[in-house]
Amino acid sequence: MALRFEVVIVGAGPAGLAAAITLARAGVEVIIFERGEHPGSKNVMGGVLYRHPTETIVPRFYQEAPLERPVVEQRLWLLTDEAALTLGYKSMTFAGEPYNAFTVLRARFDRWLAEQAVAAGALLINETVVEDLLWEKDRVVGVRAGRAEGDVRAEVVILAEGANSLLTQKAGLKKDGINTNQLAVAVKEIIALPREKIEDRFNLEEGQGCTIELLGDATKGMMGTAFIYTNKDSLSVGVGVLLSSLVRRRLNPNDLLEHLKSHPMVRRLLTGGESKEYQGHLIPEGGYRAIPKLYGNGVLVAGDAAMLVNGIHREGSNLAMTSGLLAAKTILAAREKGDYSAANLAPYREMLAESFVLQDLQKYQRAPFFFDQNPHFFTLYPQLLSRAAREFLTVDNVPKGEKQKRIWREITAERSRIQLAGDLYHFWRVMG
Amino acid sequence: MRLEDKLFLNRYQTDKHPHLRIKDREVCRHCDGRPCTFICPARVYVWNEGEERIETAYEGCVECGTCRYGCAHDNIDWRYPRGGFGILYKYG
Repeated sequence: MALRFEVVIVGAGPAGLAAAITLARAGVEVIIFERGEHPGSKNVMGGVLYRHPTETIVPRFYQEAPLERPVVEQRLWLLTDEAALTLGYKSMTFAGEPYNAFTVLRARFDRWLAEQAVAAGALLINETVVEDLLWEKDRVVGVRAGRAEGDVRAEVVILAEGANSLLTQKAGLKKDGINTNQLAVAVKEIIALPREKIEDRFNLEEGQGCTIELLGDATKGMMGTAFIYTNKDSLSVGVGVLLSSLVRRRLNPNDLLEHLKSHPMVRRLLTGGESKEYQGHLIPEGGYRAIPKLYGNGVLVAGDAAMLVNGIHREGSNLAMTSGLLAAKTILAAREKGDYSAANLAPYREMLAESFVLQDLQKYQRAPFFFDQNPHFFTLYPQLLSRAAREFLTVDNVPKGEKQKRIWREITAERSRIQLAGDLYHFWRVMG
Repeated sequence: MRLEDKLFLNRYQTDKHPHLRIKDREVCRHCDGRPCTFICPARVYVWNEGEERIETAYEGCVECGTCRYGCAHDNIDWRYPRGGFGILYKYG
């Protein structure tokens, strides 16, 4: 006789755990399968966790969760090989309650979040890979876990298995598979530094944090971003680029990371640091048009497995948690009727569509294709902007009017006026 | 910093059963560019010129799945390591 639970959740990340907490609190029998030694031990992100969506799952989590630093400043650096054009926003509003975002280390944070699910009554099974779904005709009726007598039957299964979504693909919910232009590969290093050094180098008050996103030469002009985030006593330094461009350029992710670490704008920030860990992960970057079928008879897909990542705003964990929460709400409503067929799970997609999750992804739906087709946004424009800034800031007795003309001539030598107008128009259509 | 030294920093619980398997070695012989040999963050895949085969150092795998999607011939049988095995992040 197979074990039976009302809900099986595959994966103890932000999506799966948000669903588990919500369901367990409502008295639903939930079992979560996690393939790692403990939740978080396989999980990686750059490191920014947003306060608002997390509070919808665990109110006042920041009073006890293992967080690194509240983010008070966000910087954007456009790099060329020897220069940087920078932009940023810092506000002391972000330094206290209600907070906006925190840097986190997922091996610690996810473990804590899973404890909240267990405290609410969910059963967590670690060190167990779910190898397959159990089917009866066209409906999912449980999972096959990789252990003796591993069949577990359920009314409904939530697939929150992450970006490398083997079960979602196998279940036919992502029929066309995943292409290399829908995935970014990211690598990251944890570099230990004393807290005072971090605070001095990044101009931070005690305990406060900042984030830097880097474009242009930071990714060798490939579509993607690099990042430097401040943790309590370490830095998270990483780079993520579209897999299709990595293949095209024949580059290795770690070589890119080393390239970033040796950049004159970056090197001094890391000096004296001690590397502690090296990580790699996929980021689903296909956007709105790559989202799989989000539900079927007895099954729902949430988080990275559902491609719910907003790469342009580097948001992911918040979309994951919100999708987990909405999956749980959908299940609670279906439970009232005792029917978990696709028709009764359809409100999941409707709720996602009414929320920021699908609205944001829909807004940027053209972006992945557009930037893949127009790589000069990551190569030529950072160069031109940097050259323009250098020309304008170099004091050499050339009148400013002449300098403006020179800059314009340099720009139009690379892109004609018509091309520039076209770029501006399309950029606005894609991003605006 | 060399990649080998970075991987040495990581904690692994190595399974004696490889979780990565080349499906058809003949396909690799004729593969154009062999992207697996450079896209992998841990450089798990190395082309052995003498034996004309891909060597798979699965022990250093960080389980991202890049190779699975980057192999144009879908020639990698990619499974998650058995529960509890593989990479064990301390930081994440």
